[in-house]
Amino acid sequence: MNRNRLDRSAIAPELRRVERRLMLKSALSLGGLSMLSGCALDDEPSVERALSAMSRFTDWMQALLFSRQRLAREFDASQITRPFPFNAYYDESEIRTVDPAGWRLEVGGLVSDKRAWSLAQFRALPQKRQITRHICVEGWSAIGDWSGVPLSIFLQKVGADLRAKYVNFRCFDDYSTSIDMATALHPQTILALDYGDHALPPAYGAPMKVRIPTKLGYKNPKYLASIEVTNRFPGGYWEDQGYDWFGGS
Amino acid sequence: MPSSRRTPSPVIRITHWIGALAMLALIGSGWQIYNASPILPFEFPAWATLGGWLGGGIAWHFAAMWVLMAAGIVYLAYGVLSGHFLRDLRPTGPRAVGRDLALALRFRLSHAAGHYNAVQRLLYTGVLTVALLTVASGLSIWKPVQLGWLTWLFGGYDVARRIHFAMMTLIVAFLALHIALALLVPSTLFGMVFGRRASASPKTDVQEGTAR
Repeated sequence: MNRNRLDRSAIAPELRRVERRLMLKSALSLGGLSMLSGCALDDEPSVERALSAMSRFTDWMQALLFSRQRLAREFDASQITRPFPFNAYYDESEIRTVDPAGWRLEVGGLVSDKRAWSLAQFRALPQKRQITRHICVEGWSAIGDWSGVPLSIFLQKVGADLRAKYVNFRCFDDYSTSIDMATALHPQTILALDYGDHALPPAYGAPMKVRIPTKLGYKNPKYLASIEVTNRFPGGYWEDQGYDWFGGS
Repeated sequence: MPSSRRTPSPVIRITHWIGALAMLALIGSGWQIYNASPILPFEFPAWATLGGWLGGGIAWHFAAMWVLMAAGIVYLAYGVLSGHFLRDLRPTGPRAVGRDLALALRFRLSHAAGHYNAVQRLLYTGVLTVALLTVASGLSIWKPVQLGWLTWLFGGYDVARRIHFAMMTLIVAFLALHIALALLVPSTLFGMVFGRRASASPKTDVQEGTAR
């Protein structure tokens, strides 16, 4: 095998297991349970396996609970959180920007048309506005006002295989996440271009953010660079470190 | 009179201890999650938290959640179907509570095998109610879209989150009392482990004879 051309997606599940195990190892080295049992749980692979298995069970239950018809609550303009908080895995001073005119969204995987998309092309598609609650895995929440193209419309435009399992998002700030196809086709899942009455500001993911009110914040990627439809489990930035993959709300 | 059946029954003992472990894991990991975005001006000390970081805390919290729910469903079903709730845990009214509380404060409250005094009945039905509210409010902040009606019942996401925290506090308070009392009356602890009290004092049976 040519080492320089290692297929990243092919080793992703293995990588995910290893990374999750590392996460759980660090998770176990602290914590009260080790004191309760009087032994070091970080040397207990059985506990790690159990936690991983439970996390997969949680994902499975969340998919079972999910309904494509059930809508997230929408709010009045007066209920919007001002200012809507900036949130990323880095500090606000490190926000990356691109020239909107030169930006293109890469399209890949199980789609019939893999041509990249410009912002003007997205502007020409039907737009949908939603004032919904963004819920962070940390527990805080904030109500924001997003508009953009429903992802389901875009997936149909590019001839995506709608029976595929996953939609994977990669971002130019080196973030990534992926969602299940059912969520991708949910009517409130949009490729957001605007916040309020204006184009997305850099802090909220300019020029494009995926807004999914049925998912937690870490499944709402900003600074979108590519969309891939796939049957290979793609993981994600936080998911690979141990957040549950489904991340539904 | 206490019968010769093993008390508490094996179903109660097993679900009690599985539930207790799950509850401790939920509290420790819940404190870990709380620390990520505190709603009050304090954080829980790291040594008291479980999971090491937010992702680990969540992994533990959800894992223990399923364990608690499984044990809870078995326990509740058994409690209703076997008549345990109606027979043993049904609160007996304020007068009985007052009497038993007075006895308890003088360390004269009996603990006959198979019999639950008025204070126990009140505390256990109370903590069971609180536990149900904790699970329900927890589900409502976990799934505010899919279980939107539940979130609405709790007064919205932010209120539900505070209720979840308040219910946790009540459970911790109950635990402190519960553990202290179990240590004061070791025979109850023995019974909850092995299914039979170490010794049944005849004197206490006489004292409690009227309550049944």
